[in-house]
Amino acid sequence: MDVEAKVKEIIVEELGVEESEVTNEANFIEDLGADSLDTVELIMKFEEEFDIDIADDEAEKLTTVGKAIDYLKTKIS
Amino acid sequence: MIAKYNAKISGTGMYVPDKILNNFDMEKIVDTSDEWIRTRTGMSERRISSKDQAVSDLAYEASLKALQSAHLKPKDIDMIIVGTITSDHAFPSTACILQKKLGLKNFPAFDISAGCTGWIYAANIAKQYIENGIAKNILVVGVETLTKITNYTDRNTCVLFGDGAGATIISRAETKDISKIIDTEISADGTHYDLLIQQAGGSRMPASKESVEKNLHTVYMEGNKIFKLAVRSMFNACEVVLKRNKLDVQSIDWLITHQANMRIIQSLGKKLKIDEKKVIVNIEKYANTSAATVPMALDEAIKSGKIRHGDLVLMASFGAGLTSGSLLIRL
Repeated sequence: MDVEAKVKEIIVEELGVEESEVTNEANFIEDLGADSLDTVELIMKFEEEFDIDIADDEAEKLTTVGKAIDYLKTKIS
Repeated sequence: MIAKYNAKISGTGMYVPDKILNNFDMEKIVDTSDEWIRTRTGMSERRISSKDQAVSDLAYEASLKALQSAHLKPKDIDMIIVGTITSDHAFPSTACILQKKLGLKNFPAFDISAGCTGWIYAANIAKQYIENGIAKNILVVGVETLTKITNYTDRNTCVLFGDGAGATIISRAETKDISKIIDTEISADGTHYDLLIQQAGGSRMPASKESVEKNLHTVYMEGNKIFKLAVRSMFNACEVVLKRNKLDVQSIDWLITHQANMRIIQSLGKKLKIDEKKVIVNIEKYANTSAATVPMALDEAIKSGKIRHGDLVLMASFGAGLTSGSLLIRL
């Protein structure tokens, strides 16, 4: 599975942003206009799509697109 | 257990205090804004009980309206169950005080502590007592004066709460009656009991000068952590009753969920794949009234003509505990 593409697709859909904005450096809150509840919903979507559990203290660290991709890659493999 | 009888909701009523605090009033109390509150919660205003109004006063007003809509007299009631976490006193129960106010005695009256799921828990219990033939007309109330235990220095929680009462009469249905409580599911996950809690005032931390100074008699809540659990637990409670009754979500006419946060309601609606137009929302007017939200929204939707006799209504809630539950009825 192409984790990176899937993660970006979820972000585009959940946050209603353009694909071009979803760069690895983009911060969910500062760059992609998410608020704290959007980030919770995003984590929920990752959990459901990849069938994993993301603990709250781990979720708090996933502040950028790149960090989310790296985390999910290691978690799934 | 094979049910001897069917249970149905035969009457509804609600009551909210007159005093309104809107988002602009909240701006004067804590560092917040109308825009922030509306986008994060969907709330515009909330009702505040007066100094001399306790939970049983709100419950009494709502109960009279429910009796009237069921065409019953107080003496027809043979059990009272109240879902609340803001009872008049630590003991006795609000149900007993309400019993006295209605001029009644000599039948069971008790409270249920299930946080915001209180009314669904109470309705679940009432259904059993109707089905086994022990009771005929049970007064089931969800009522709360959360603003009396709100920390008005905490900007994250104080904007969320309001006061109100929703009363229902759960009665024995006639055999030919299409109205019926079809199914209900309740559950709890105590591993998260400390995410939503009033820490002081019980046996773990009796009231002291220190507990008052530290504001420990007010609601403590970790909202972001609860969000996820709320959506999932209500989704599960809905799924269980839909599956058990071989219904798909399209056959539901109306969904009423606990009014804690507009974003939770939307997230659940999306997950259930239910048409937005079928989701009853009144959070903008009353904010989170805990155990009262679902019966209040039910009453409002019936009285406004939205929900009609024969409609299939799915209700769901979650709350401190963390408790969760659902109730599927044909009105």
